[in-house]
Amino acid sequence: MDMRAVIISTIEAVASEQGKALKPLTDDLVLLDSGLDSLCFAVLVTRLEDEVGCDPFTLSDDVYFPVTLGDFIRFYDDAARQQAAPTLAA
Amino acid sequence: MPHASKPLRRWLLEAGSRPGRAIHAPGRSLSLDTLATTTTIAPLRAALAGRSVLVAAGDQLSAGLALVELDGLARRIVLAPPDLKPSDLPAVLAGAAIDAVFLDGDHPSWPADLLVAVAGPPMPLPPDGGEARDTEWVMLTSGTTGTPKMVVHSRAGLVGAIDPAASAPVWGTFYDIRRYGGLQIFLRAVLGGGSLVLSQAGEPVADHLARLARHGVTHLSGTPSHWRRALMAPEAALIAPRAVRLSGEIADQAVLDALARAYPGATLGHAYASTEAGVGFEVTDGREGFPAAFLHPDRAVAMKVEDGSLRIRSTRTASRYIGGGAAALADADGYVDTDDLVERRGDRMHFVGRRSGIINVGGLKVHPEEVEAVINRHAGVRMSLVKARANPITGAIVVADVVADEPFPDGTGGDRQTAMKAEILELCRATLPAHKVPVLLRFAAALAMTPAGKLQRRDA
Repeated sequence: MDMRAVIISTIEAVASEQGKALKPLTDDLVLLDSGLDSLCFAVLVTRLEDEVGCDPFTLSDDVYFPVTLGDFIRFYDDAARQQAAPTLAA
Repeated sequence: MPHASKPLRRWLLEAGSRPGRAIHAPGRSLSLDTLATTTTIAPLRAALAGRSVLVAAGDQLSAGLALVELDGLARRIVLAPPDLKPSDLPAVLAGAAIDAVFLDGDHPSWPADLLVAVAGPPMPLPPDGGEARDTEWVMLTSGTTGTPKMVVHSRAGLVGAIDPAASAPVWGTFYDIRRYGGLQIFLRAVLGGGSLVLSQAGEPVADHLARLARHGVTHLSGTPSHWRRALMAPEAALIAPRAVRLSGEIADQAVLDALARAYPGATLGHAYASTEAGVGFEVTDGREGFPAAFLHPDRAVAMKVEDGSLRIRSTRTASRYIGGGAAALADADGYVDTDDLVERRGDRMHFVGRRSGIINVGGLKVHPEEVEAVINRHAGVRMSLVKARANPITGAIVVADVVADEPFPDGTGGDRQTAMKAEILELCRATLPAHKVPVLLRFAAALAMTPAGKLQRRDA
């Protein structure tokens, strides 16, 4: 699964549903300037959890919020990799 | 003897013989005449007099029999709901000072200091005139969390909304008569000399509807969830009630319209009642909500809105809670807070949800029921459940489970689902602010109901 493609298409779908105009979705786009409000992000995280099977915000113990779109995609990529990897404790 | 202070058996005896009138359970019926003139606890009547008795019968018919036996005889009747947890029993026994228990058969071990009364074969009722006490009735609330609260009613308050002169119909209810809504129907049958078709836990809806049809039900009541489920069964076409009644949950326009279509000849009423507030009011104009004019301190049922919730004061409200740690039931002016939130739209008040059910989406409030009402407006939707899902950004977001009117066919079902989902969300977006629109919407084959017949909500 191409995480970037899934995230970009989900962002576009959420923005269109919520009637928001998006800035061009480049890696260095600062999320807070993207045109999405906090409800859009809430919807995005829930939809992605459904699509990719994980919510990195809940998985991670750190309080971390990605700043740019590139950070956001990496955050999801890392979480998906971690989840797929067998844990030593298991 | 004044109407309200007359024990149930007196009502039955004074009404005279009622041939053909009976209380019907699956496979078993009890005629009102037998109920009036016989007793199943003959040897124990003297010992039970003046006691605080827990009615822990295994089925509704036996519980109904116990109520007639004990009303006027016992000092207090405590009606155990069918789902009373054994772990809650000690608190109930202590809180209501119970010193006797009424059972209908095999029973687990009870504390040795309790008088155990088991119903036996019916014997002629002795003319001992011992049924004149102003028995206190205790009902248990059906909260899904914590120990149930014990709510004290007077008999006068319980029968206060009943007109015994009304013609004796064939009553039916989806409720269990050991809860407030069902008890009201049982009392109507006893006071008015009508028949009653009982529900039975675990009985398929189709079988229940077929029994209701066989006994010719004329007056049928249940929660909107009960009714939505019944309307999904083909057997709903077998009954032709003259009166259809909803209570216990918000009756939205969609369910009222569906019932008006299914039973065009019936009067359609939705009522407000609760174990604590008693019978409040009934609305029969077929529209959701109730007239704002009902909010008046001088009506027999006085109502006001405070802090968003409906408050009710009447002679039918419960008198108090008993048992440990129970708060005051009413405020200083005698109003009971129903915790049901209402909102004025024009000349009409609308119920928007329970205070405890509010979903907080980033500081904005959502009542699941208001979203469900919008979803239910879609012609293909039978019922829906809106709930919170945890979210790292806004704390919670709104998601919905939807039951379609008809199952999706194999093959093209997927396309139909996708199209219907888009239509429902479109309807929500057109009607509701963004934070109230479900973020995820799933189709479900069925939705879980509580033993009280309400939609199962996690935090209800």
